[in-house]
Formats: sequence, structure tokens, C-alpha cells
Amino acid sequence: MLKDVSFGQYYPVKSFVHNLDPRLKILFLIGYIVAIFLAREFLALGACALVLIVAVLCARIPLGKVLRAVKGILFLVIFTAVVNLFFHSGDKVYWGGEPVLWQWKIFRITQEGIIFSAFLVLRLCLLVIGSSLLTYTTTPVALTDGIESLLSPLKLIRFPVHALALIMSIALRFIPILLDETERIMNAQKARGACIDSGNLFRRMKAIVSVLIPLLLSAIRRADELGEAMDARCYSGGNARTKYKKLRLTWRDPIAFSVLAALIAGVAVMFVFPVFPI
Amino acid sequence: MRIVAEHLSYIYNAKSPFAVKALDDVSLTVEEGEFFGLIGHTGSGESTFVQHLNGLLRLPSSLKRRKKKDGATLTVGEFDLTSKKTNFRALRRKVGMVFQYPEDQLFAETVLDEVAYGYKNFAEKRPDREETERAVREAVEAVGLDYESVKDMSPFDLSGGQKRRVAIAGVIVTKPEILVLDEPAAGLDPLGKREVMELLHRLKESWCKTVVVVSHDMDEIAENCTRVAVFSEGRVEYVLPPAELFKHTEELLRLGLDIPLTAKLVLALKERGVEIDCDYTAEDFVSKVLARGGRSC
Repeated sequence: MLKDVSFGQYYPVKSFVHNLDPRLKILFLIGYIVAIFLAREFLALGACALVLIVAVLCARIPLGKVLRAVKGILFLVIFTAVVNLFFHSGDKVYWGGEPVLWQWKIFRITQEGIIFSAFLVLRLCLLVIGSSLLTYTTTPVALTDGIESLLSPLKLIRFPVHALALIMSIALRFIPILLDETERIMNAQKARGACIDSGNLFRRMKAIVSVLIPLLLSAIRRADELGEAMDARCYSGGNARTKYKKLRLTWRDPIAFSVLAALIAGVAVMFVFPVFPI
Repeated sequence: MRIVAEHLSYIYNAKSPFAVKALDDVSLTVEEGEFFGLIGHTGSGESTFVQHLNGLLRLPSSLKRRKKKDGATLTVGEFDLTSKKTNFRALRRKVGMVFQYPEDQLFAETVLDEVAYGYKNFAEKRPDREETERAVREAVEAVGLDYESVKDMSPFDLSGGQKRRVAIAGVIVTKPEILVLDEPAAGLDPLGKREVMELLHRLKESWCKTVVVVSHDMDEIAENCTRVAVFSEGRVEYVLPPAELFKHTEELLRLGLDIPLTAKLVLALKERGVEIDCDYTAEDFVSKVLARGGRSC
């Protein structure tokens, strides 16, 4: 059941998107998020969706995986939809000014409310799928390399960029290890009769303690061992360290860049001169 | 309790690029009262197999199974593990499971609490203090520790071998009928290894009717087991008593497995023209060699 944690898991296939430069992928994601928030009408959001669909197809990631990212925030999506459906009263139109389709006490549904909540749901889904696409197509190592490279200007003000990147990559690397470890310990305690996924709340809490303590101990031990191993290899941080895999731009990057630039430009134009305003 | 497995298959991370076939059509029967060994190169499916025995890994329900048509069944004593209605708690009480490096699962403040954990979990109604302490004392003494001196100690202050004994005590405290151990001697020094194997023998005699052990130590397998199953890439290659098994020296080496020292000696003697036919325990080997020597020298 722990294996179902899918957000942030790398999906190992070779594809156009996988081979993009991680630095650019991070910047693309930021640009894409900006575009989504600039989009004020369905046409602009539709353009974002189109770009995303093309990206997902190019990344060769199965649809089920992509949708699972949305499943993770399903509650948030439904909550947003319901709240906006009942309480959105429109920016331009004042209370009672717009056609009310259905009303019960303070709950009211208007045509505008329906459109607006659909818009928000679409926006949320695009956001989450877009972000998960980054982690599906980029290994944790590439991701931290990208972040380190993007943050490197901060070295000028003596910000420990390398240390930060190292911490991040170690943390990411340890997630699957600790997940495996948790499963192992959970199995061991289940074999001793711990009620981890059944029984009342109190018994479950007690059972969780029997998993957490060994897990914490093993995490500390692993951290200790890793520190010693790094020390034994004379690891000394970022000064003059060279990289085995240098990040280089390839022919793919300008293509992806122009697509995204066109999207942002288009959405920005629609932001200033709306075509079909909501 | 008898263990009967038929056509068991298991795939980790099914339907994903990480899919690994761990068990492939495994059929195996372990009779009550056996000291059953499972050997195989690391990752050959032995550990996956034993995790089925107490329902930590489950077979697909009968509906899904009918679709797959592989006819997998697994029964442990009166428990049918393919049925959804199986009482897994009752099953786990009867089938004790000691994992690899069981000392990693210790968590309680004292040895007494640690060993009592399983006992309290499996008890029908809340056992009183005296009852619990009696059961814990029995289990701790059964694994060869002095109850009075360790009961109030923190399990984390014990030595490696002692920790492992406490962990084993925490499993046998419910008096399981079948005891399953996954490499119980891994990571211990030679003395610790010998002690753990002797402990298993004692437990088999006085405590648990059946012992199933996964091991890489062929000497231990040759000394202790009544029958051995050899796993390779998720399949069972042989199920034989050690005396028969270690005659297949070449195949075992081909599967990446070792052979016991006695088998190596038998081979070396054979090369020099001395044929010895023994059951590969040290005792039998020595007596056969002496018998031979008496005649020829």
C-alpha cells in the first residue's frame, strides 16, 4: 500500500520530455504556472491544456499515472468546486442582479457560479498534472542538479547552494529506502499481532509507535553511516567539485522553449485583450 | 499443521515498469514436525514464499483467481489462505515469523515489554500481569537468556546476539505451532551462528512442532534440516533431504549456491579415488571415513 505513493516518483522511459535539460524543465514549469494564473478565460486555459496534453503524450507516461496525481488532491478539487458553486456571486453583478438558477437560504447556484467553479477545477488539475510531469520525467539527481545550477547566482551572497542541493538529493534518495524499511518493520510487527490497518484508534496508535521507533532508529543509523562514508571519502562540499554529468542544452530544448514561449505570449495577450471573457 | 502450497505465483509492483516476478508456479508441501530448509541465491523468492505463510502477502481472492486460471492455493493447517474469511490474527498466532535482522524491530523500553508485546496482541482478553510475566519468562528462558537479569534492561543495551534472542523470544511467546525464520543467523559471528542454530533445535524439540528456515549457510542446512527446497528465479528446483540434495553438487554450484564443507571433502576424496557415501552431517562423515580408513590402511 505504501508503494502507491506516486506523486514525485520518476517514471523510467526514454522520451522527448525526459531528455530535456532539467534546468529548463524547472523554468518551464514556473512559466507554465504563470501562464495558468494569467489565463482568465477558457480559451487561454484551453491553450494551456493543449500544451500539457502534448507534453504528456511526448513524455510517454500512461494516462493512469497522470490521473493518479489528480487523485491525490481529489478532496481539494471537490471542495473548491462545491464552495465556488454555492457561494460564487460574480464580480460584476451584485447580489440578486444575476439570474439565480436555484437557491436555498444562503446557498445559491448561478450560471456564472457553475462556469467559474468548472474553470477553477480545470485550473487546479492542470497545475497538479503539470507539476507531477516534472517529477515523472526527471530523476531526483537531475532535479537537484538543475536546482543547484539555477540557484548558483546566490553563491555571490555566500548562500550555501551546494549544501542545500546535497541535502535535497539525499532526502529524495532516502524516501524509497525509508518506504521499504517502513514496510519491512510493519510486516514484522504485524507478524507479532500489531493491528496496523485494523482495530480501534487506540490500538492503532499503539501499533504505529512500534513501527515509528524502529524506523527512527534506523534512519538515524543510516544517516550516521552515510556521514561516515562521506567523511571516509574526504567529501568536502562544493568547492571546486567537478561534475560527471554536465548539463548541456540539446536540440530539444529550443523546440520546447519556443512552444512554451508562444503559450505564455498568447495567454498574456489574452490577459490584456480578452477574447471571450467569463 | 501442514503447509500445502500449489501453483503459487507472486509479482512485485505488477503492471508497472518495476515489475519483478518473485514466485513462479511454486508448489510445495511441508509436513508437520519437519525442520524444513529453503535455500537459494539472494532474491530467488524464498523470502517472498515465507511471507505468504502467515498472510503478510496475500493470494488474489477467488474471484480474481478464476480469471487468472493459475489455480493457486495455499493452506496452512486448517486455514485456507485463498479465502477472504480467513482469520489472519489466529493464523499469525499459530505461525510465528522471525524476519531477517529481527533486532531491527525492537522498540519497547524493557525486555519484558518487548517480549510481552506479541503476547498481549494475540491474547483473547487482556491478560493479567502475572500471566504475562509467566509467559515472557518461559520464552526468554527458552531462548537461553537469564530472565531475572535482562527483564528490566533496555533491549537496546544488549549485545547483537542477545538482541536477536530477545526478538525471537518476542515471536515464540505465543507458542506458535510453526516457526518461520528468514536467515536467523545472518550477520552474527561464528559463535552466535552456532548458538542460534542450537537454539532452533531446542525450540523444535520442545516448543514449535514445525520449523521452516531460510538460510544461506549450507553447513547448517546439512546438519539440521529434514528436507530442503532449492529456489532459483522464483521456481522450486528440487525438494530433497540434504543427504540426497548435496549429491547434486554441480547443479547447486551452477545455481550460485554453496555446498557444505562435508560435501567439499567428499568431492576432494573422490578426486583421489576414495568414494564416501554419507548423509553430509559432520558426524556421519567422520564415522564413514573412519570405517573406510579402518579397512584400507
